[in-house]
Amino acid sequence: MDNQRNRNSVILRVEGLKKYFPIHRGFFQRIAGWVKAVEDVSFEIERGRTLGLVGESGCGKTTVGRLILKLLTPDAGRIIYQGQDITDLSSREMKPIRKEIQIIFQDPYGSLNPRLTVGQTLGEGLQVAGIRSGAPRRERLEKLLQMVGMPPAVVDRYPHEFSGGQRQRIGIARALSVEPSLIICDEPISALDVSIQAQIINLLKDLQDQLGLSYLFISHDLNVVGYLCDHLCVMYKGHIMEYAPTDELFANPAHPYTLALLAAIPDPETPKDPPLTAENQRGTVAEPPAGCSYLAQCPFGEPACREAARTFTKVGPNHFIRCWKVTPSRGADYFSGPGPAA
Amino acid sequence: MTFLTRSDILLAVQDLSVHFRSEDQVARAVEGVSFDVQRQETVCLVGESGCGKTVSALTILGLIPQPPGEIAGGRILFDGRNLLDCREDEMQKIRGNRIAMVFQEPLTSLNPVFTIGDQIAEALETHADLTSAQRVERCVQLLDDVGIPSPRERLADYPHQLSGGQRQRVMIAMALACHPELVIADEPTTALDVTVQAQILRLFRALQQSHAMAVLYITHDLGVVSVIADRVYVMYAGIIVEQGLRAHIFDAARHPYTQDLLEALPTRSKRGRRLYSIPGAVPNPAAKPPGCPFHPRCRYAIPTCGQQPPGMCDYGDGHRARCPVLFDGGPSHWGQETLTGKV
Amino acid sequence: MSATSPPPSPADGRRMELQVPRRSRWEEFWRLFRRNRLAVGGMIIFILFFGVATAGLFLTAGTQPIFDPALVRLQEKLRPPLARPHVDSLGAQEVPPLGVYLLGTDELGRDVFARMLQGAWVSLTVGFVAVGIAVFIGIFMGGMAGYFGQEFIRIGHLLWAVAVIAGAALLFSGIVAVGLLVGAGGVAGLVHNLTPKRISGRTQRSWGGAVLAQNAMRVDTLIMRFVDIMLCFPSFFLILTVVALLPPSIYNIMIVIGLTSWMGAARFVRAEFLALREQDFVAAARALGLGNFRIIFRHMMPNAIAPVLVSATIGIATAILTEAGLSFLGFGVPPPHATWGNILSDGRQFIFDAPWLTFIPGLAILIVVLAFNLFGDGLRDVLNPKLRERHA
Repeated sequence: MDNQRNRNSVILRVEGLKKYFPIHRGFFQRIAGWVKAVEDVSFEIERGRTLGLVGESGCGKTTVGRLILKLLTPDAGRIIYQGQDITDLSSREMKPIRKEIQIIFQDPYGSLNPRLTVGQTLGEGLQVAGIRSGAPRRERLEKLLQMVGMPPAVVDRYPHEFSGGQRQRIGIARALSVEPSLIICDEPISALDVSIQAQIINLLKDLQDQLGLSYLFISHDLNVVGYLCDHLCVMYKGHIMEYAPTDELFANPAHPYTLALLAAIPDPETPKDPPLTAENQRGTVAEPPAGCSYLAQCPFGEPACREAARTFTKVGPNHFIRCWKVTPSRGADYFSGPGPAA
Repeated sequence: MTFLTRSDILLAVQDLSVHFRSEDQVARAVEGVSFDVQRQETVCLVGESGCGKTVSALTILGLIPQPPGEIAGGRILFDGRNLLDCREDEMQKIRGNRIAMVFQEPLTSLNPVFTIGDQIAEALETHADLTSAQRVERCVQLLDDVGIPSPRERLADYPHQLSGGQRQRVMIAMALACHPELVIADEPTTALDVTVQAQILRLFRALQQSHAMAVLYITHDLGVVSVIADRVYVMYAGIIVEQGLRAHIFDAARHPYTQDLLEALPTRSKRGRRLYSIPGAVPNPAAKPPGCPFHPRCRYAIPTCGQQPPGMCDYGDGHRARCPVLFDGGPSHWGQETLTGKV
Repeated sequence: MSATSPPPSPADGRRMELQVPRRSRWEEFWRLFRRNRLAVGGMIIFILFFGVATAGLFLTAGTQPIFDPALVRLQEKLRPPLARPHVDSLGAQEVPPLGVYLLGTDELGRDVFARMLQGAWVSLTVGFVAVGIAVFIGIFMGGMAGYFGQEFIRIGHLLWAVAVIAGAALLFSGIVAVGLLVGAGGVAGLVHNLTPKRISGRTQRSWGGAVLAQNAMRVDTLIMRFVDIMLCFPSFFLILTVVALLPPSIYNIMIVIGLTSWMGAARFVRAEFLALREQDFVAAARALGLGNFRIIFRHMMPNAIAPVLVSATIGIATAILTEAGLSFLGFGVPPPHATWGNILSDGRQFIFDAPWLTFIPGLAILIVVLAFNLFGDGLRDVLNPKLRERHA
């Protein structure tokens, strides 16, 4: 798969993305410090494929999504969509590209304007796509609703009349209304009931097959991304720690953080008791240390990690980690052995 | 499962029904639910939002606001005594002392203007007769038990100075303060990261053994259930649809809802296969379908499912499912009243 | 997944039932509002007041009004309410149209009912126009602070802009030479500063910036600090001062009340906008490429307006009180025109001989202000989802 890749198959590439948020204090709101949300993020998404961005809360994965949509301006780095650098485009130059990249949100309650009917919400996208009125508009509305499995009769209903899963379908229809090529899925199923999650996942997969969509799938749940994604990026405190094709990542996890994540997710297919050790929490870290940001939690950490240049190491075909200590073989031993708590 | 004597059962909820009345409708949140918790056992109540799992737990502690809530029937026997007959002052002696609760949101469950030491000590002041020096020692001991580093210094911290996982540990320490026999945990890890969740689950398991207590663990997450439960009750739309040992539920589920849920879970091993998708949505508690509440979404549904309430069907060894269609024993289980108490 | 995969299961759609019974927004609003009896009472009084004031405008205006509030009948002075007129001593034009002095007469024999009718319209317009001005300014300032708040404005630009405004003000007040000088300086400074030089943010500081130790200021900071300063003035005395300097006219009073009471609305709108900015549906609208104008007026304003409406309702009551207070003190609408405030003020001298002259306008003010406050509280209960939970 990797040697078939060529330039044309890459729909989006980001290079060295960085975003700090200022903390304001005082009467005149001077800048008192920075929240380092995204430090250095680079990846590629192939056309028609799904890249998973996994990490825990506060790791910056949502910010990456907003940066790609240009809802936020990056402090450094480049965003290249289909070979075109869109980082510094003005809002007018962005207009045609906005239609290409869309987003689906986590919270089905906050993602729809409560004052607009379904038809009005979807109509905004159609207007952007140049379909304003009359029969073509109605036809397209019905087609959109049918694509997401909703009856056409819902067009003049308000969001509060729908359940969470139905709202999520409407949110997906809104994203599809401008016929995008890339959709950023920001935890689209984690707020839904378990029995509804599969409906939405299947819908996303079907739409990908029908329309050739590419997805950036942002999630905290390794089970979900493991099912859905072709490639995975594991993020921690603004850095990508490991990048690999999904099967490779699960077969040969290499970064200590990935190992910890894999050990932590409960797998309902093999119920087992957790080890009987109530380990103390390692110290909380307010500011990442100068070296590796995972050092404070890392069982393999050494003094050298404080100064180590944190660049990517290639540990397999198309498999990279931001750690110079662990090799895949060692990682595999570690993973099959006792958990990090033992 | 070994043969049980009566005294092994710490908590027995029998045929409990809780309704919520609003202006123009009645929501039957819990309808004829029976389950029991034995001493030193972890029991999971699992179900989706609105299935009645949290209402059941709050009813045990007498924390359902009435009105609009209304206990329409049933008994809650704690150590042989019906909690529904207890006066408020008797309940206060039990709450926090013999039965403790851990909530989902660790940030809002702690009072931001008191130190964590004060908040743990508060439970001790109410329920235990200790000098203030003894109380401090006990607090330090509790924080140490739940794995908080340098506990003596942490006593003077305010909740906002702790991380989410540490706050949940403090909540657990508060729950443990009076050596409760039963801890009710309502989605205690839902707001936490997966690595922190793993730590908290391990902590529950360890504390349950070291403190010899029973845990009633309420969650929507089958992954969590697979790690922590001894026995499992699966709830759907206010009724219990299946119960059994953890292995029964995960390896040999007998109710279509449980089977479908497990098939619908996205996991790595299902990669490339299409997930089974349960059609429709969870019913509104005020407008539940007649008969079996799951029948509109069920692939095995027959006409009877929409007419008669299904009875519990016994698969032996404590494994029961409320689906006569899939039960070999024939159609005699329709419309049967809920069997209670006996396992 | 292969191309043979089934289409998105239509069964999901067909089996779909809506969770909530169909109810329009207005039905829902009315269902909740109806529960609060006091608020319904307030609303009825509000509608009555509106009707009476509008009727009063038509019945008391013109050269031959049906109820003439200015008609002096010295022989009929200080008659109590419901007194019958001495028809034989009055001209045909002078007999009150209802056949009785419904609310009595004042010390000049003017019909208090006619004067109250005329005053109602003054109170109504003062309330609505003043609050309208306040809400307009408040929404504009609050919207700017909430939506564009994170943008920076250079302090140099700000100072030059202030110079332009000051120059204009000086020109209007007749100090032509100084005004021209200051205004022209401001324009020159702005032109010089705005000629496209790419702002790097770390160029040399303007002298004003040096004082504040920074070069640029967030729009939000600027507007909200201005709000803080405005809140520092004791409004009533500010109004008294301004009214004393300006020619007495009802329009000046409306404008002055409006200009000094917009800060509450600005704060509400800013807070709502800050919360709405973070909502996903606003992010989705931006991702679709919709313009700022459309996002503000279609997505944010309708969701932000509820608390402003509530505060405006209560604001009307405050404005009516302020106008009454000004008229009472003699700074309000000039005498021949009746307002509730100056009826009250004139009646003060006869409080023992003719108590109705003070009680009637006083009671009217009390009832109307109370009605607006109750109506506003009821609106807030219905529009605030958190409080709604509690009632449900």
